[in-house]
Amino acid sequence: MASARLTSLAALAALLLTPSAALAGKTLDAVKARGEVVCGVNTSAPGFSSADSQGRWQGLDVDTCRAVAAAVLGDAAKVKFVPLNSQQRFAALQAGEIDVLSRNTTWSLTRDASLGIVFTHINYFDGQGFMVPKKLKVDSARKLGGATVCVQAGTTSEKNVADFFAANGQKYKSVVFDTAEAIQSAFFSGRCQAYTTDMSDLAGARTKVARPADWVILPEVISKEPLGPSVRRGDDEWFAIVKWVGYAMLEAEEAGLTQASVDRQKAESKDPVVQRLLGVSEDTGKLLGLDKEWAYRVVKQVGTYGESFDRNLGPGTPSNLPRGANRLWSKGGLMYAPPVR
Amino acid sequence: MKRGRLSWSTRSGRALAWQAALLLLLVLCGWALASHAAGSLAERQIRTGFGFLGQRAGFDIGEGPVPYGPADSYLRAFAAGLANTLRVSLLGILLATPLGALVGLGRLSRNLLLRGLCGAWVEVLRNVPLVIQLFAWYLAITELLPEAASPLLLAPHVFLSKGGLQLPLPALAGGLSLELPEVTAFGVQGGLSLTPEFLALLAGLTTATSASIAEVVRAGVLAVPRGQAEAALALGLSRRQLVRKVLLPQALRVIVPPLTSQYLNLTKNSSLAVAIGYPDVVSIANTAINQSGQALECILLIMAVYLTVNLCTALLMNLYNRRVALVER
Repeated sequence: MASARLTSLAALAALLLTPSAALAGKTLDAVKARGEVVCGVNTSAPGFSSADSQGRWQGLDVDTCRAVAAAVLGDAAKVKFVPLNSQQRFAALQAGEIDVLSRNTTWSLTRDASLGIVFTHINYFDGQGFMVPKKLKVDSARKLGGATVCVQAGTTSEKNVADFFAANGQKYKSVVFDTAEAIQSAFFSGRCQAYTTDMSDLAGARTKVARPADWVILPEVISKEPLGPSVRRGDDEWFAIVKWVGYAMLEAEEAGLTQASVDRQKAESKDPVVQRLLGVSEDTGKLLGLDKEWAYRVVKQVGTYGESFDRNLGPGTPSNLPRGANRLWSKGGLMYAPPVR
Repeated sequence: MKRGRLSWSTRSGRALAWQAALLLLLVLCGWALASHAAGSLAERQIRTGFGFLGQRAGFDIGEGPVPYGPADSYLRAFAAGLANTLRVSLLGILLATPLGALVGLGRLSRNLLLRGLCGAWVEVLRNVPLVIQLFAWYLAITELLPEAASPLLLAPHVFLSKGGLQLPLPALAGGLSLELPEVTAFGVQGGLSLTPEFLALLAGLTTATSASIAEVVRAGVLAVPRGQAEAALALGLSRRQLVRKVLLPQALRVIVPPLTSQYLNLTKNSSLAVAIGYPDVVSIANTAINQSGQALECILLIMAVYLTVNLCTALLMNLYNRRVALVER
């Protein structure tokens, strides 16, 4: 869209013209002085970040932002959300418009090594899939040869789908839009026979239509899509804070904490892991430039990773996604946090 | 013109010195901006340079006259995007000009209904933002037309559906033959295929620009003094001769310069293509920015492309203008 392009141009201009004093160890000071964390999120990805009917932001990625605010500023509500499309997101982070990019973004070498940004941790293990209308009677992505596929501009999906069809020796036609909304309206109106993006996104998109049962997500997962937040390069202090806030949410789940019972557990638990995490015994916050109770506030105000997942994506939510690979390592999943000690 | 000596004491010498100083200042500003940008990019550890153009692009482009596949380079992707921009701009100009001329002349007609219709055409199309018109065209195609698997049959072997417009394509395989489109499970395959994105963009650019061209044409005709027409009629010229021999030659010299601007506008407006998913050069550059991270380089490339295309258009139109311009005697 024109306005989207203007924003990225403005971000680019800001990048070229602003003095670089805002870099290197200054993000924490800037956030404290401002009194809020500025967080880049998805314009509309149900389960990850979307605004509800009251305009309140919700989702797994939104919870990451709130958790950072709870740890750094003591109040999970002190977040300013900046909705970004996939083409604006990196420029907004590079230019310093946002402190954290928490927008279901795939971690890849090119992005990590050449964009001036760095990923902190993985908060969702995803993979790319296809959705088709049920009436097409296709049950496998390998039978999509010759189909027209809707895909979002500026995503890893765009490259993966090209690789997938090339590997199978099949042809396809792509239709590329720059916003998720444009793709979804084109796909659901029948412009394309298939829509490809991350599995979690497909499930989210399907919640928006009147009859979700008319659309089928095909079983093939054609790529690895580790999603996670990122921050600007060159500010190791801020990088560490965002990373460890993410790990603290995992560690809290592993230690058996919950948002509802964290106060009681803080007072009663004799478990050294719990005592350390909640700041009862040791002060882990000092090493990060935070206070003693940083992780306690994250659990108290936002919850553990498991609670955030269940609330936003799990069974019972419109997305209705199984925990799958995102279970804790101790329960057969891939989620593993280094120890908070 | 007499050339002044390079001296402060002559007027032309001073003018030359001021111009040189201004040029120097501009160059210095440009250099300062470029070096600051380079410094900022390096400090933020963002990779720079045009080396990425030779790398494998890896993404697909939906349509276009330039053969392109995901294994080709970024440079080729840009070329494919440029070809798409030129294709829609050129066709748009070719269609908008006669349409605009007819509507413009229609507004001068003595027929009340025709005049009213042409007036409405101009007012509606000129006053609704182009991007909204593009969405309207695109929605009309993707919402109202039937599914690609059960297309409308406009004429034998001509199909119209959500998958676009498919026509027989003349092929030169062992004598002249026609490649005919066929209906399959995934829609119509084969033949010459025009996508809904292309059709919507072409329709939007053509109609919107035709409204502006209509006003240019009307202004040109009205600029010919009334006495010219009266004199021609008094001399016994027919109405047809009046238009062809008297009105048009004089109107053209008023019409051509603003017409050139409309052509340039149409070319630039084609960059709105990204809103409806047509892979023009801006859309390709957007994707390239995200895949490679080379934002500054890609935006410089877009600017260079539009500048080159539009300077060429302007050059051609200026040559034409010299031919139709009034020769003062």
